[in-house]
Amino acid sequence: MQKSLHIDPIKCTGCLQCEMACSYEHTGVINPSKSRIKVFSFEHEGRKVPYTCTQCADAWCMQACPVDAIKLDTVTGAKFVVEATCVGCKVCTISCPFGTINYMADVGKVQKCDLCSGDPKCAQACPTGAITYVDADWTGLDKMRAWASRANTAVL
Amino acid sequence: MSWNKKVLRVNLTAGTCTPEPLNMEWAMDYLGSRGLGTKYLSEEIDPKVDALSPENKLIMATGPLTGTMASTGGRYTVVTKGPLTGAIACSNSGGFFGAELKFAGWDMIIFEGKSPKPVYLYLENEKAELLDAGHLWGKSTWHTEEAIKAGHQDPQIRVSSIGQAGENAVLYAGVVNDLHRAAGRSGVGAVMGSKNLKAVAVRGTRGVANVRDMTEFLKVTAEKKKVLADNGVTGQGLPKYGTQVLMNVINESGALPTRNSRDVQFEGAGKISAEAMHEKRPTDGKPHLLTNAACFGCTIACGRISQMDQTHFSVVNKPEYWGASGGLEYEAAWSLGAANGVNDLEVLQYANILCNEYGMDPISFGATVGAVMELYEMGVLTKEQIGIEAPFGSAQALAGLVEMTAKSEGFGKEIGQGSKRLCEKFGHPELSMTVKGQEYPAYDPRGIQGMGLTYATSNRGACHVRSYTVASEILGIPIKTDPLVTDGKPGLVMAFQDATGVFDSAGICLFTSFAWGLADIQPQIAAACEGDWSMEKLNLVGERVWNIEKQFNLAAGFTKADDTLPPRLLKEAAKTGPAKGLVNGLDKMLPEYYQIRGWDTEGVPKAETLARLGL
Repeated sequence: MQKSLHIDPIKCTGCLQCEMACSYEHTGVINPSKSRIKVFSFEHEGRKVPYTCTQCADAWCMQACPVDAIKLDTVTGAKFVVEATCVGCKVCTISCPFGTINYMADVGKVQKCDLCSGDPKCAQACPTGAITYVDADWTGLDKMRAWASRANTAVL
Repeated sequence: MSWNKKVLRVNLTAGTCTPEPLNMEWAMDYLGSRGLGTKYLSEEIDPKVDALSPENKLIMATGPLTGTMASTGGRYTVVTKGPLTGAIACSNSGGFFGAELKFAGWDMIIFEGKSPKPVYLYLENEKAELLDAGHLWGKSTWHTEEAIKAGHQDPQIRVSSIGQAGENAVLYAGVVNDLHRAAGRSGVGAVMGSKNLKAVAVRGTRGVANVRDMTEFLKVTAEKKKVLADNGVTGQGLPKYGTQVLMNVINESGALPTRNSRDVQFEGAGKISAEAMHEKRPTDGKPHLLTNAACFGCTIACGRISQMDQTHFSVVNKPEYWGASGGLEYEAAWSLGAANGVNDLEVLQYANILCNEYGMDPISFGATVGAVMELYEMGVLTKEQIGIEAPFGSAQALAGLVEMTAKSEGFGKEIGQGSKRLCEKFGHPELSMTVKGQEYPAYDPRGIQGMGLTYATSNRGACHVRSYTVASEILGIPIKTDPLVTDGKPGLVMAFQDATGVFDSAGICLFTSFAWGLADIQPQIAAACEGDWSMEKLNLVGERVWNIEKQFNLAAGFTKADDTLPPRLLKEAAKTGPAKGLVNGLDKMLPEYYQIRGWDTEGVPKAETLARLGL
């Protein structure tokens, strides 16, 4: 069974523990500026929204890469960057509709979420359950349950 | 490690930015943030200098846990000599600025001198430059942050700035970062303003790479986060209700200073409580509270984000105040509300928003308004003088006075001087609810006796977050003590004071102490930092921090006579509630406190005490 990162922004408090965990996992440094998941703060609405790669099945970044540096992890379904192959041409950053693959100027490569080989550290670090790692076929389960609950409590 | 071991010295007079190594010998004795900043300030300035002169310095300091995964590890402290008190000023703030400063590779910034024109400091990792702030002067903290991000085309910059209150030397102006978070008390923002320093803008992409033992650190911080999550206060109460959970509790305890402390219970407390913030308004069917929010790294998330009623008189036709905004927290809800007898939740949030936007401390502002309202009701101040009718309970008066004070217009200039100066000027110094010139916060020492000693001995003037004995006396953390007695309180106050010094110096939030004791932060510090960080050593750090602050104040000219309370708390008994008939028994606590501190009867640390602490 493959799993997906599932994000519920309503539960996010904006603490950035996910950004710290992601950056430490991939760079060995606690450094939110290198995180592959970003929490956006919408001050006027009072909302915090974590955002990262959705691991498109037919991934634009993978299709666009001219040197075949983006590979599919067949176990997790993650599309990951082979750093040794990446030439830093940035075509993938242009092709991605969501902006979730980004160029890192200091290393001259791109980076994106790789699901931490099936054990995403952001989800582990999240204190509120805003980021979870769930059955990829059932990312709508929580919403379905919420609607089912409404039916369950409706006056008959 | 976990310190960057790097300090930035900014000479505003000369316009220079010079990196220098952090004094690691001092770091081993004072840990970081509050403690280490105070050590630097004590070494570098004459405590007798005029706080608003170029001879004063202002330090922004992170702790070793700032910018790490330790829960709440995002804090920094602003240390300077305070203009409101003339004492050591030390204001701690959360938000995201402190961690960003750490990620940029710095532990601390020392500002000295005075810039000939308005400037802001821009830090991009090791790059540090003073840039012209002519276009920012006169702007609010919110517009300043917005303009700096736009100017550098970088929305990821973190900004700490002063608003108009700091520029205009409102004596309790704060330094505001990340819109809603503030180093709020003691007028640290006025010091920034006196130096023509408008803001500090930081972008840090280096991160924290030098945690001593990362495997151990991850393990122990995860364990301690669980302690916070499993605790009723930090895991449930604070996220759901915020600090405002206290409003009804403290009111029922007969310890809610009301109408300039004439009363200890407020009949309108329920209307300005956490519970009221959750209720749907009749006007628009929405609750005041939108959501909770966390500061950097915080797994508690006590912060309140609220949305005002657009039809409320204070914001009608002012769409800039219709969006989500920080507040209300308990202290502000009390100072703007109960302290003035105002029970209109919406106007409290309006005043709170203006305090954030213009950069001033709502505790001191609200408490000063309380004194103004009492003087108005006595006929000492008139509508003509104030410019508005100002009886207790008037929401219109509060809205009018916050605007005047924020903009330093009319009578607002008097209010901006704080209640000590204002009450002296109008002939009634006894009506100023201050200690060492600073307004005391939301706990009446007649109903919570330990808080009397807390206020009287607080080194930065009256304050609750130097020794929050409310935790013990009301909430039973870590052990329940009787709030109505003085027995045992000197020891309790001293223990809280010293422990707080460690929390503040580590770079984490004091609110963790509802669930954590020193034994919980000790392994986190030990895993992060080089050196010996045993419990014994941490206890010594806390006591050392308290004593060096005390030494600063003694050198500044403070004496035993300043370790006191307003006469109202010592002479006028509480009229209602559990503390009915009681005054604060400071005289029963102070001598014992001096004694267990190892100070003489005049409150001066004895030579052997100083020697034991290495001072």
